[in-house]
Amino acid sequence: MDALELLTWARGPGLNIALGIFVLGVVWRLIEIYSLGRRTDLAPARQHAGASGLHTVLRRSVPPPGMLRSSPVSYIGGFVFHIGLALIVFLFAPHILLIRDLTGLSWPALPSQFIDMVTVVTLVAMVVVLVDRINKPAKRFLSTFGDWFTWAVTFLPVLTGWMAVQHLLLPYTLMLALHILSVELLLVVLPFTKLIHAFTLFGSRWYAGRINAHKGVPV
Amino acid sequence: MTATLERGLHALKEVIDAPIASYFSSCVHCGLCAEACLFYTETGDPRYTPIHKLEPLRRVYEQEYTLLGRLKKGLGLSKPVTDAELDAWQDLVYDSCTMCGRCSLVCPVGNDIVYMVRKLREGMAASGHVPDGIRNATRRTVEIGGPMGLKWPAVANVIRKVEEATGLKVPVDQAGADYLVLLSSMEIVNYPEYIEALAKIFHKAGISFTVASDAFEATNAGIQIGNSDLAKVIVSRIVDAAERLKVKRVLSPECGHAYMAIRWEGPNLIGRPYAFEVVHVLELLDELRGKGMLKMKSKIKDPLILHDPCQIVRRGGVLQAPEPLIQEVAERYIPIADKQKWNWCCGGGGGASAIHTEEAEALRAKAFQVKKRQIESTGVNTMVTFCANCRIVIEEGFDHYQMDTRLLGLTELLAEHLEE
Amino acid sequence: MQGPLIDTLVRQGIGRRTFLKYCATLASMMALPPAAGRAMADALAAARRPSVIWLPFQECTGCTESMTRSHSPTIEGMIFDMISLDYHETLMAAAGQQAEEALHAAMKENSGKYLLIVDGSIPLGIDGAYSCIAGRTNVDLLKEAAAGAAAIVAMGTCAAFGGIPKAKPNPTGAVAVSDIVKDKPIVNVPGCPPIPVVMTGVLAHYLTFGSLPELDDKLRPTAFYGETIHDRCYRRPFYDQGKFAKTFDDEGARKGWCLFELGCKGPVTHNACATTKWNGGTSWPVESGHGCLGCSEPDFWDAGGFYKALSMPADPLKMGAAAAVAGAAAGVAVSFANRGKKRAAQVTHETTTLADLEK
Repeated sequence: MDALELLTWARGPGLNIALGIFVLGVVWRLIEIYSLGRRTDLAPARQHAGASGLHTVLRRSVPPPGMLRSSPVSYIGGFVFHIGLALIVFLFAPHILLIRDLTGLSWPALPSQFIDMVTVVTLVAMVVVLVDRINKPAKRFLSTFGDWFTWAVTFLPVLTGWMAVQHLLLPYTLMLALHILSVELLLVVLPFTKLIHAFTLFGSRWYAGRINAHKGVPV
Repeated sequence: MTATLERGLHALKEVIDAPIASYFSSCVHCGLCAEACLFYTETGDPRYTPIHKLEPLRRVYEQEYTLLGRLKKGLGLSKPVTDAELDAWQDLVYDSCTMCGRCSLVCPVGNDIVYMVRKLREGMAASGHVPDGIRNATRRTVEIGGPMGLKWPAVANVIRKVEEATGLKVPVDQAGADYLVLLSSMEIVNYPEYIEALAKIFHKAGISFTVASDAFEATNAGIQIGNSDLAKVIVSRIVDAAERLKVKRVLSPECGHAYMAIRWEGPNLIGRPYAFEVVHVLELLDELRGKGMLKMKSKIKDPLILHDPCQIVRRGGVLQAPEPLIQEVAERYIPIADKQKWNWCCGGGGGASAIHTEEAEALRAKAFQVKKRQIESTGVNTMVTFCANCRIVIEEGFDHYQMDTRLLGLTELLAEHLEE
Repeated sequence: MQGPLIDTLVRQGIGRRTFLKYCATLASMMALPPAAGRAMADALAAARRPSVIWLPFQECTGCTESMTRSHSPTIEGMIFDMISLDYHETLMAAAGQQAEEALHAAMKENSGKYLLIVDGSIPLGIDGAYSCIAGRTNVDLLKEAAAGAAAIVAMGTCAAFGGIPKAKPNPTGAVAVSDIVKDKPIVNVPGCPPIPVVMTGVLAHYLTFGSLPELDDKLRPTAFYGETIHDRCYRRPFYDQGKFAKTFDDEGARKGWCLFELGCKGPVTHNACATTKWNGGTSWPVESGHGCLGCSEPDFWDAGGFYKALSMPADPLKMGAAAAVAGAAAGVAVSFANRGKKRAAQVTHETTTLADLEK
C-alpha cells in the first residue's frame, strides 16, 4: 500500500469506521452516564441571582479568583491549546470542507497562514502543559497511562497536520494520510477515555450549578 | 459488628448517580482541585488532592455502572476495591477532608467533588472504615442525644442559668410557638452566651419561641460519618418535635453542619418536605435587621474580619446575611481576600474536629496555617465567626500557634451591643 | 538513418545554438549542475541513436499522442524522431507479419542494448487473454521483450502503475510493468499522459550518462517528480491566504483562486506540470481553471473522486446513522442493566444501626 492508497483508505473506509465508532461510542457513553438519573432534592430551594446550571456551564470557563495566580500554566496553557484546537478544527478551510461534506454547514475560513501560526502556538502550549503535568506534584501524582495517552492522541493530529502543511519529514501525501489516521485514532478513543469530557463537561458543570443553585449558591 | 466490605460496596452502589458518572467521566486529572484544598496547600502532599480521595468510589462506579468496566471486571482485568484499600483511604476521606467544598468551586470541568465525598462516606461508614472519634460522636448522638453525650437535665440547667442571667423566660416544649430553637452541644457547653443572646433578641423582637426537651440538639454526626440511616434517625427527632409543637419555623443554630443537616439534607433523609420552614439564625437576624428591629446601642471599635463557615455560606447558601450584620455592629469591618463562598475552612469541619488521633491533630494544625496567614495578612487581631465548630477549631489553632487573636461569635456580638 | 544525432538535427534545420539551449534547459530541469548541459549536448550530439522498441498494451494511445503530435515542431519531438524506433505499432508503417519480423529482428540485433518503452497496463485476468498481439498475450510479449532490454521505460500511468484499466473493480486484472519485470532497471514516467519533456529528459540522461536518472521510491525520475503540483503551483499564494474558488464559475474562479475546494489533487500529485506546462508551455490544467486530477499518481482514478477536496471523505459516510442507532441500543441496554442494579441495591438496603458501624 503506497501513500496515496493509504490516504484514500484513511479518507474512505478509515474515516467511515472511525466516525462510526465515534458516534456509537459517544451516544452509548452519554446514555450510560446520564440515564443513571438523580433524586429530586426535596429541600425547598433558595433563589439567588447567578445561581443556575447554565450560569455554571459558562462561569467555569473563567479562572476562579486566585487560581490564575496559583496555577498560571494550567489556565493559560489550557486556554491557549483549547482555543487553538477549536480554531484549527473549525476555521481551517480544508476542515470546514470536511464539516460541510458531513453536515452541509459551512462558514468562512481563516487564512491558512494564520491557522499555521495558531497551530505552532497550540503545539507549544500542549508541550508546556505536558511539562507542567510532569513538574507539578499533584498533576504528576494523579497522572495515569490514560493521561499520557490522551495527550499524545490529541497532540498527534495537530503535529501531523502541521507537518503535512509545512512539508516536513515525510512527503505530503503520507503525512496527510498519517494526519487523517491520527484524527481517526482520536475519534475512536474519545468516547472511551477522559477525552469524553468534551461532552460531559457541560453535563458536569450543569449538575454542579444546578445542585448548588438549589441552595442558592452560584458556583 | 456487621460493617463489612460488602455492605460498603452495596451502599456505594445505592448512591452512585448520574452526576457522579458525569463527574468521573469529565475529570482530566488537571489537579487544580489540589490548589483549592487546604490540606494540599499546607502540606504539599499530592495524596491530599481532592479528586484522589474519591478513587475507590470512581472504581466502583466504573466497575458497576459502565459497560467497559463491567466487561473488565468480568474478565478479571480490573482492580477490585478491598478492605485494605478503604482502610488506607480512611484518612483521606475523613482526616484530610472537611467537606468544605472549596474544591467543588474551582474544578474547571465542574465536578462537585464534595458531593462525591459525601456519597463515598456512605460506603466508608457501611464498611466500617471510619475514625473512632466520629463513630463515637455518632453513637452518643443516637444513643444519648448529642455528640458530647449531653442529656436534657444538663441542658435544662444551662437554660435555667440563661434565664437567671438575662431575666428572660426561655419557654420549653411550648406548642404553637413561631420558632423551635435548636442548639448545638458545643454552644450549650462552651458558648451558653449564644442562648442568652437569642433570648434577648427574640424578646426584643417580640417573637415567640420554644426549646424542645426531646429535640434540642441540632448537630447530626450521621451526616458527618456519612450514614443516611443514622442521620435520618437524628434529624427525625427535630422533625417530629417541630411538627408536634406545630411551630412555623425551626431555627438552626450557628453551627455549620447542623444547618446542612436540618436545612438541606433533612427532607431528603426523611423522604418528604417538611411542614415547617428551616431558617439559619443569621437569616433571621438579617430579616430583623431589614425590618429595623435590630438596633445597636454601640459598635465594636476594634478592626475585625469575618470567617465564613463553609457549611453555612459556601455549602449552605447563607451568602448575604453575614456582612450586613457585622457592619451593623462593627465600626471597622475589614473584608478579607478570600471571603464569603471563597473562604478557607478552619480545618476541622465535616467531623474532622472529632478525630483525636495524633496524626489527625497534627494535620489539622498544619492545615490551620492557611487561616493563620489569612488573619496575619489583614493585620487585625479580632475575628468573628458564626459556627461553634469553627470556633473550637480556630481557638485550638490560636493556641497551637500562640496567636493573640480574639475570636467572637456573631450572634453574641450582636446581642451584646443590642439596644436595651 | 545512422550517424551522430547532431548531423540529423542540422539537416532538419536545428542549429547547434538551439540544441545547446535545449540541453541546458533539460539539465537545469533535471537539477544537474550547469556544466552538465554542455556535457549532455556533447554526448547527445555524438550519440548514435539507440534502438528503441515501443510495446503498446492496454492503452488508449494517449501517451503516443502526447509524445508525437503535440510536440512535433519542438526539439523534444526531433530527438524522439531521431531515436531508432524499431517497433511502434501505431507509428510504424509496417503491419502484420512485417511488423512482427521487425520487432524480432530488432530484439535479436540489439539484444541487451535496446531500450524498451511500454505504454499500457498488462492484463493478467483469464491468462492474459484480454489483450493480445499477433496471438500472444501482453504478459508474454513483455517478458520476452524485457529479457533482452537494457532498461525499460514504463510510459504513462497505465504502464507505471496500472492506470485506468486497473481502476476498481479492475475487470482485466491489469498490473504495472514493475509488477511483472523484476530484473531490469525500470523508469516510471507516469502521467495520463506524461509530459513529453520528461520522456526526452530520461532518454537524454540515458544517452549522456549511460545510466538512468535518479529515481524515487516509485521509480520516477526525481528531477520531474520530486515536487508536488501544489508546491509549484502559481495559485499557491491563494491557498495560503485561504482564498478558494467554490464553484467553477464564481468570483474566485474568475480571479484565479485556489482550486483545492473543487477537488484539486495538486497537494498529493508529484509531477512537473506546474513548471513545464503543456503544449509547448502554453498552459496546463490548473491554469485553464480545472483542478489537478492527480493523473501521475497510482490509483488516481480511485482516490475519492476528482471533485472532492482532499479533506473530504473519499466515500459517502454510510455508518453514521447505523452507529448512532447501535450506540443508542448499547446505551439503553447498559442503562437498563444499571438501573436494575441500582434498584436492586436500594431494595435490598439494610437499615444501618449503631452496631453496624463496628467492624
